[in-house]
Amino acid sequence: MKDLFAVIMLSGIYGLLSASFFVAMDAVDVAFTEASVGAGISTLLMLVAITMTGRTEHPVRHKPVLALAVVIVTGSLLIYGTLDMPYFGSAQAPVHQHVAPRYINDSMQEVGVPNIVTSVLASYRGFDTFGEVVVIFTAGMGVLALLSVVRRPRDVDDVASLNKSMHEEHLILRIVAKILIPFILLFALYVQFHGDYGPGGGFQAGVIFAAAIILYTMIFGMSTARRVINQSLIQLFAAIGVLVYGSVGVISLLDGKHFLDYSALSADPVAGQHLGILLIELGVGITVASVMIIIFFNFAGRQNDQQNKENNES
Amino acid sequence: MDSVLNISSTVFLLIGSFLCISGGVGILRFPDFYTRMHAVGVTETLATAMILIGLMLQNPDAIVILKLMIILLMALFVSPTASHALASAAVHNNLKPVLDKNKNKESVNSSNP
Repeated sequence: MKDLFAVIMLSGIYGLLSASFFVAMDAVDVAFTEASVGAGISTLLMLVAITMTGRTEHPVRHKPVLALAVVIVTGSLLIYGTLDMPYFGSAQAPVHQHVAPRYINDSMQEVGVPNIVTSVLASYRGFDTFGEVVVIFTAGMGVLALLSVVRRPRDVDDVASLNKSMHEEHLILRIVAKILIPFILLFALYVQFHGDYGPGGGFQAGVIFAAAIILYTMIFGMSTARRVINQSLIQLFAAIGVLVYGSVGVISLLDGKHFLDYSALSADPVAGQHLGILLIELGVGITVASVMIIIFFNFAGRQNDQQNKENNES
Repeated sequence: MDSVLNISSTVFLLIGSFLCISGGVGILRFPDFYTRMHAVGVTETLATAMILIGLMLQNPDAIVILKLMIILLMALFVSPTASHALASAAVHNNLKPVLDKNKNKESVNSSNP
C-alpha cells in the first residue's frame, strides 16, 4: 500500500481491535493502554509525522524478494519455537506456576491494592516500569535533540495572524472542544488516581491528559497553545516525573531497604506501599503526558515553520 | 417487572444493532464521500444511544447506569462534531459531491464557488 495515510488508519484500527480482544480476554488494563496509546496517541503522532514527510511512499528501487525471504524464514523459526509452548490456557504452563500464584494470593496482604495489575506493575515489577519511564523520557529527549527549533518572536506573530483567520471558521469544533476539554482532563486525573482500584494508571492517564492538550492545540492553533503551555516548563516536568520515580527508589535505599521497596516510606508497610504506588504513578503520568506534548509540539511546530518558509519564498 | 426490563432492553439493543448494520451497508453502497458520511454519521449517533440505553436497562446498578449515561452524553457530543469536522474538511479540500448533473447543476455552482 503506497498511501501512508491509509496505512496509519489501518494501524489505528488494528490497535482498537486488539484492545477489544484484550477486553474479551479479561485483560482490562492492557486493553485500556492499547486503546489510549496504540489506537489513540500513536495514530495521532504518526499523522503529524506524515504532514512533514508527505503522504505517499517513494517508489521502491530495490527488489522486495530478499526482504520477503527474511520475513518468511524468521516467521517460520518463530512458529517452530511456539511448537514447544504449553497448550493455550493450560494450568501447567510456567506462566501460571512461576510467580503468578504469589501475586494472586499474597498481593492483598503485601501491597493491599485491589487491582493486582497495578500492584505487579508498580510494586513487584517497579524496576521494569522505571525502565519504561526512562525509555519514554529518552524518546522525548531524542525528539527534542533532533527536531527542536528555536523560533524568533516575529514568526510567532505571523503564525498568530494566520491562525486567527484559519480558526475563526471552526466555530462548532471550538465550542464543543471547549466544553469537552475540562472533562477529558478530569477523566485523566480520575484514571491516574483510580489506578489502585480499577483499570488505569500513570501511562493511560498521561496519554489522555496529553490528548486533551493536543486537541486544544489542533483546534485553537499552535501559537495559542504555546502561550498556554510553556515549552521549557513542560520539558522540566518531563524530567521531574522521572526524578520523582527515581527518588522514591533512592529514599528506600537510604533507609537500608532495596531499591523501590516502598515499605520504607511509612511505619506501616502496607500504607508505605500505597504511598509509594501513588507517587510513582504520579511520576509516570507526569513524564508520559509531558513527553507526548513535547513530541507533538515539535512535530507540528516544525511543519508550521516549513509552511511559513514556503509562504515567504513564494 | 424483570421481564419488561429484559424485553425493552432487547428491543433497544436490536434497534441499535440494526442501525449499526444499516450504517455499514450505507458506507459500502452509497456513491460518494458525503452520502457515505451521512449514512454513518446519522445512524451511528442513534445506534450508540440505543445500545447504551439497552445496556442501562440490563443493569440495575446505579453507578454503572451513571457511567453509561456519561458515555452517552460524550457520544452525543462527539460523534456529530466529528461528522461535521469530516464534512467541513472535505469541503475545504474541494471534494465535489457526485450529483445528478442535469437536475442539480445550479446548486453545484452556487455551493462550490
